[in-house]
Amino acid sequence: MAEAMNKRALIATIADEDTVTGLLLAGVGQVTSEKGKETNFLTVQPGKTSVEDIEAAFDKFTSARDDIAILLINQHLADLIRYKVDSYTDAFPAILEIPSKDHPYDPEKDSVLKRVRRLFGE
Amino acid sequence: MSGQGSREAIFPTRMNLTLTKQRLKGAQTGHSLLAKKRDALMNRFRAILRKVDEAKRLMGRVLQLASFSLAEVTYATGGEIGYQVQESVRQASYTVRAKSENVSGVMLPAFEGVRSKEGNDFNLTGLSRGGQQVQRCRETYVKAVGTLVELASLQTAFMILDEVIKATNRRVNAIEHVVIPRLENTVAYINSELDEMDREEFFRLKKIQGKKKRDTEEADAAADAAAQAAAANPSQEEAPGMNSRTGKEERENPDDGVGGGDAGGRDMLDQHKDEDVIF
Repeated sequence: MAEAMNKRALIATIADEDTVTGLLLAGVGQVTSEKGKETNFLTVQPGKTSVEDIEAAFDKFTSARDDIAILLINQHLADLIRYKVDSYTDAFPAILEIPSKDHPYDPEKDSVLKRVRRLFGE
Repeated sequence: MSGQGSREAIFPTRMNLTLTKQRLKGAQTGHSLLAKKRDALMNRFRAILRKVDEAKRLMGRVLQLASFSLAEVTYATGGEIGYQVQESVRQASYTVRAKSENVSGVMLPAFEGVRSKEGNDFNLTGLSRGGQQVQRCRETYVKAVGTLVELASLQTAFMILDEVIKATNRRVNAIEHVVIPRLENTVAYINSELDEMDREEFFRLKKIQGKKKRDTEEADAAADAAAQAAAANPSQEEAPGMNSRTGKEERENPDDGVGGGDAGGRDMLDQHKDEDVIF
């Protein structure tokens, strides 16, 4: 497990343009020419990016790639593939739902917080 | 009790009884250890749970702040910098490193944000306008990502602990409700079976004792009859009488032989002696 963890160093992102821009400014982006690992971020543009694209990116970041430690996904995008996010239970990579500029954060929808609530017995 | 419930498929011997008792003791020790482990994990789990809840709320505020500073940048640069930023990305300068922490035998990962010291890809971003805002925005987002990384490690620990606690609970319950009753049943079964064997043995011994007593009485009666017959008809030789007397002494009835020994009496004694040999 320790070796598997050491390989995972990147923070992947599925988000709208503003969020991606901000996170890239922070320096999380990585672009390589290696096959299957071209970028570690997906910019979702309304009207241009389909739900299938988001699903494919989600699958790629969670299962296909082994160098992703954390996957950040906008909450309103996670809502589009909610069944996938909710059924994802692995520890690596960790999935974080983050708010976007236009969509304020709703703790009720978060898949992890839902589990937390359930454990608290609410 | 012994026939009910499941038990190990072993022979009811004293050795197996000892072994089973040892296993029962081992199971009880294991049960208490696992219960302790579960309690320790639960403690940790509750602490993490609370932190996750807080951190999630904090994250909302931090990212709001970051979005605001990005809006400043957009205003200052006077247009879209998103395209420019996305195109100039080459190598990640903010990566995470995982280290692990040991909580009662469970490795909990903790992510740690690492900023490489090498120059970043955005040195020229906002060169013409709004460079200061861009740099400030960068710092804000680095802080935000730091919060996110922290939250991610909490969340991962939460997931792993959840899993481990479930497994430990399963084990504790299995030992408590399956293994220990099973071993207790086995011990009870072996005990009852050994008792039963003891009673059988006792009954058998009693039975043999009774039969021996009966035989002795018969032999005595026959000897008495022979002695009376000898008293009625005393013209007998001495030599066979000696033999019959030694035979009687073996049977611990020396008094019976005093009256003398005729051929008939001796034969009868010999027969009884043979029957004894069978036992």
